[in-house]
Amino acid sequence: MLKGSKIPIIYLGTASCGRAAGAMAVLESVQKTLKRNRLKGKIVQVGCIGPCYLEPLMDVTLPGRPRISYANVSPEKAKKIIESYLIEGDPQPKLAVGHFGDEDCEFTNGIPRFFDLPMLKPQVRVVLRNCGFIDPEEIDHYLANEGYAGMMNAFRKKPEEVIAEVKEAGLRGRGGAGFPTHKKWEICRSSPGKTKYMICNADEGDPGAFMNRSLIEGDPHSVLEGMLIAAYAIGASQGYIYIRAEYPLAIARLKKAITQMREYGFLGENIQNSGFDFDVTIKEGAGAFVCGEETALIASIEGKRGMPKSRPPFPAVAGLFGKPTIINNVESLGTLPNILRNGASWYKGYGTQGNYGTKAFSLVGKVRRSGLIEVPLGMTLRKIIFDIGGGSRKPFKAVQTGGPSGGCLSEEFLDTPVDYESLSAAGSIMGSGGLIVMDEDTCVVDLARYFLDFTQKESCGKCSPCRVGSRHMVEILDRIIKGDGQADDLSRLQTLGETVKRGSLCGLGQTAPNPVMTTLRYFRPEYLMHVAEKHCPAAVCRELIEYRVIPEKCTGCQRCVSVCPTGAITGPRAEPHNLDPSKCIKCRACYEICRFDAIAGDAIIIRSKRRASDEQAK
Amino acid sequence: MTKVDYIGVFSEFKGEEGDLIPILQRIQGKLGFISTEAIRHTSRFLKISENQIFGVASFYSQFRFTEPGRNSIKVCMGTACHVRGGQILCEAVERELDISSGHTTEDKRFDLQRVACLGCCALAPVIQINDDIYSRMTVIRLKEILNKYE
Repeated sequence: MLKGSKIPIIYLGTASCGRAAGAMAVLESVQKTLKRNRLKGKIVQVGCIGPCYLEPLMDVTLPGRPRISYANVSPEKAKKIIESYLIEGDPQPKLAVGHFGDEDCEFTNGIPRFFDLPMLKPQVRVVLRNCGFIDPEEIDHYLANEGYAGMMNAFRKKPEEVIAEVKEAGLRGRGGAGFPTHKKWEICRSSPGKTKYMICNADEGDPGAFMNRSLIEGDPHSVLEGMLIAAYAIGASQGYIYIRAEYPLAIARLKKAITQMREYGFLGENIQNSGFDFDVTIKEGAGAFVCGEETALIASIEGKRGMPKSRPPFPAVAGLFGKPTIINNVESLGTLPNILRNGASWYKGYGTQGNYGTKAFSLVGKVRRSGLIEVPLGMTLRKIIFDIGGGSRKPFKAVQTGGPSGGCLSEEFLDTPVDYESLSAAGSIMGSGGLIVMDEDTCVVDLARYFLDFTQKESCGKCSPCRVGSRHMVEILDRIIKGDGQADDLSRLQTLGETVKRGSLCGLGQTAPNPVMTTLRYFRPEYLMHVAEKHCPAAVCRELIEYRVIPEKCTGCQRCVSVCPTGAITGPRAEPHNLDPSKCIKCRACYEICRFDAIAGDAIIIRSKRRASDEQAK
Repeated sequence: MTKVDYIGVFSEFKGEEGDLIPILQRIQGKLGFISTEAIRHTSRFLKISENQIFGVASFYSQFRFTEPGRNSIKVCMGTACHVRGGQILCEAVERELDISSGHTTEDKRFDLQRVACLGCCALAPVIQINDDIYSRMTVIRLKEILNKYE
């Protein structure tokens, strides 16, 4: 319906990323520009198309011409492009980043194909196929793009045949554990009882991961269709979507999608004459990372503290309210319509043996082209970080995968294929899909402490090794980053880490030590520098660094003087300034302004002093 | 202080144990926090002890037990934000407002919270004030942004 439009269409990426970059101001500018010039144009607000570093993104399609994409659009730039293209017919090719036509033509004026751009070319967008192309609040758009066809295919089969198809496709849970989806389903299907529950885990708690959020915001129906397929396969007639409260836009989109589904007869009794009944309720999380764990999530829906339970019994046998329950991740569910529509053999065309299909990742951190990507499993870290992500500006140091349950992998692991087994063998995990790239300005000791502090705070408290052990590990790391590390601290961390792993009931405790263990393994010299030499090579650990003004570069502009909160920098105009280290709280204000301000001389450096190790003996 | 129509809130629920968290979320949506009075009313409706309600509410970081400020600041402490200076940004906000996170300014203008991850990782570091999200934040932009809020 958008394809044959007789009036111009303007697409704006207004998912959370777009909004954070300023898309709403661009939307307002587009609306005003159209009105002021009395131009006909339809504005479609779409989800995330991937290259978040280019947000705000605005795309324009004139009738009969390919869609053209413009990046980093400001309200003024939007006005200029709209007026130039819609009134004068000049698409401003120099401002464009890509076009969506099948090939170049007279209308593309040297603009490259969007999907040929280095960030997009290696990607395979299966789960994310609709994001950025449809209005997530219009069920008709979804339907026009083969929406709900997968579900109808599933209804034509018996539930056991649906499970067989998913088994053949080799789909593994995309939430992190990579457990074969069909296996959970089989157990649930064969568990006795008429009442069964289907739960969508949208609690995406890993800091640094936003794949699930983007999918729900950009294409909520794909997840809902997946839920219906899964519920049909296991025989559940009641479903819940457990979504974290920190995603208000995603929640709103889900609510709207569900309302539309009811209007169209995709929810309720005898859906599309299949004989299958299903309805769904949204439950908002209340800010507990541990509730991403299956049994804790169930406890939360039951109105209790989110404390995990020991298993067996597994949720597939006795879960929510004691009934057989299946919990699947948002991305796993979003994949199902594609498998049921195109078949298992099609899905196996992507990925590698035992790791079929594609996976969405959030490629963020110190990487040139950050954003939401989807690639076939088995692609190497090197290809993802350097070909797709464009590498980091400063020398690459490490990539963190799997969130707080994962590990930091150094340069030697860049040729590791991204699949469940290879990442585990390296000491990390696939996790939900966060890929955080780090350069020489990141201190791995500080990062390990950051993750452990997070898991320690989020620990439910039930198991002593997790509750007390992680706390003790944080205390040791705190001492190390302050320069009070002791000789046997590293072996102590190692022992504690192993104890916490072995003595914890749930995945949170079992994986909490991973960031520390991997950094100890692969970045041991950096730890030793902190402990023995009180030196932080990345110049991050506050107690181990100092700020200095380079007199030769200082222009004497006093910008730093005006932002320093403690008066540590002083100096008259036009003379090199003085920094008093005893007053400096290392807040970065002077460093930032000296780098970015036009008049300042980029004269401030942050350095870590290397102290002789025999000083420690005093 | 806002008055909550508890009867109105409870009328949307069946009174099952699983209603507890949504009820608390509804109350906090209206009141801004969970008051002792709110816990008392909820206890009567659901027929569970105030102790148990407090036990559940205090487990989840979303629930606050003190009145919020007129404007809520959330500083993202996610991984991508941390790697790009999130901790330093948080300290700058604390310094600027003279409060530590988890507290409200004396004039009730702002309250400050650290949150785990706002999900805008590609544009780190990020802070959120009420419903506005500010990305690619720097310490030097803070004052100007805070001044926009009464």
